[in-house]
Amino acid sequence: MSDGPLVEIRTSPHVRQTPSVDQIMRNVVYALVPVCVFSVWAFGISVLALLLVTTLACVLTEQLFCLAAGKPTTVRDWSVVITGILLALTLPPGFPLWMAAVASFVGVGLGKLLFGGLGQNVLNPALVGRAFVQAAFPVAITTWTPPFAEGRFTEFIPSTLTLPFLQPADVSGWLQLRAVDGFTGATPLALMKFEHVATPAMDLFTGMVAGSAGETSTVAILLGGAYLVARRMMDWRIPTAVLASAALTGSLFWWLDPGQYPDPLFILLSGGLMLGAVFMASDMVASPVTPLGVWVYGGLIGFVTVVIRLFGGLPEGVMYAILLGNAASPLISGWTQPRVFGQRSRGGRR
Amino acid sequence: MMAPLPNQEEELTPGTFLRGLWEENPVFVMLLGMCPVLAVTNSTLNALAMGLATTFVLVCSSALVSLLRHLIPKQVRIATYIVIIATFVTIVDHVIQAISLDLYNALGAFIQLIVANCIILGRAEAYAAKNRLATTLVNSLGMGAGFTIALLSLGTVREILGSGTLLGYPLFGEHFQTWVVMILPPGGFFVLGAWLLLFSWLQQRRARRITEGEEIRVRGS
Repeated sequence: MSDGPLVEIRTSPHVRQTPSVDQIMRNVVYALVPVCVFSVWAFGISVLALLLVTTLACVLTEQLFCLAAGKPTTVRDWSVVITGILLALTLPPGFPLWMAAVASFVGVGLGKLLFGGLGQNVLNPALVGRAFVQAAFPVAITTWTPPFAEGRFTEFIPSTLTLPFLQPADVSGWLQLRAVDGFTGATPLALMKFEHVATPAMDLFTGMVAGSAGETSTVAILLGGAYLVARRMMDWRIPTAVLASAALTGSLFWWLDPGQYPDPLFILLSGGLMLGAVFMASDMVASPVTPLGVWVYGGLIGFVTVVIRLFGGLPEGVMYAILLGNAASPLISGWTQPRVFGQRSRGGRR
Repeated sequence: MMAPLPNQEEELTPGTFLRGLWEENPVFVMLLGMCPVLAVTNSTLNALAMGLATTFVLVCSSALVSLLRHLIPKQVRIATYIVIIATFVTIVDHVIQAISLDLYNALGAFIQLIVANCIILGRAEAYAAKNRLATTLVNSLGMGAGFTIALLSLGTVREILGSGTLLGYPLFGEHFQTWVVMILPPGGFFVLGAWLLLFSWLQQRRARRITEGEEIRVRGS
């Protein structure tokens, strides 16, 4: 046994605290609490069930794949819990629970563990799951229900409790009983795209609108994001770049033709852009590693989102934009390697 | 006249046929002919028709190549094989058109594209050009069967999930939720990936069990 040196001499950096993976991930879960609480308050127990089912299904999928591969379980690093919560927040409130479980299985299994688990995944697992169910069940994932419906804490939205492999129950009768002023089931983005009806910015900001479970309230999302930035557990550049790029692109089209295109404030506050920018684009694994690359990555996501929204067939494009950004991020990282001191050419070019 | 090729002829064994089904399955092991595998497996019937058409071309062209193997000059052998294969593809093209125009339209350009299927050219180059007619027939029949089984295993899964039917007959009640993605092109990739995963997992497990068994035997002796 040796007692070690009396005086420890080290070079910088003198790190006092080494945040581990599970510490960071647990903080992200804390940051998601306001969004979840608002979502359950606005949409009732259906969203609560959705959150529980996706989180449980994601954790079980990870456990299952770890067992099948004969590796020690990686469930305890909390990252899969975040995937589950995020997945639920991107789904419509009345989404059938069995489809949510399918999304969880595909997202965690195909999007994360087949690539080798946390740190190896190219794409954000929650969005992989959502993209799969978007392609597989296009009707169910665009069936929206209004927020603050009567009796939302005592009974489920009828489509939530659909039996596995069956079509979701029709919600139109349920809607008619509750709709205060002829709710059409459209999100602000769909209203804008197909009927050219703008939703007041204040409603969008506070979350008094229909939409996916966690995307409606900008306030709650920004609260969680601010917490993560304050704890320095998220790169503030990513959401800033996404939002700035979306606002710039939106302004350009709005300036060209204000009659046809929505104003940039609407673009920022509507749909899943805020949720995606703060909690999904900032995924540590699937975003570039260089500071310059992060700006390029965020800019790409914001631009593609607005282009899909304004010119694509779908009202919303955040999910595809982020997946595209994820896929491009190794390339962006390679292109934006800083010059190694003393060398003429850029180090990372291949 | 060409000098006879070096004697690499294979003896006729059950393995000659069975290799194509499992050990050297053209799709699941050799990953050949991916184009029809992904493109026309959105229903069981399409998959079956494609598999049979390819098997017919494979067996006939391999047989002809095998018969002519001493006559084909080495320098132009690929061109010759393609001419032989194209002949049979033309026959299949007309036959399918005569049997069912719906099927012909569903399979589209992929019937003509059998000519570019690397399983067939691969068999001609790697097997038929070196072997007797009998073994060639048995081997290419096995390969064709392996290809058809692979197409069917993709086609059934995609049809059951994507349309809720099997060979056009509804399997479940009218409330079955179809997985639209499965009959779209991405579904082909998902299902192929899942099958490949299953097969490589099974093979790994078998290999591990064999090595473990040997270790036990070594320790025991």
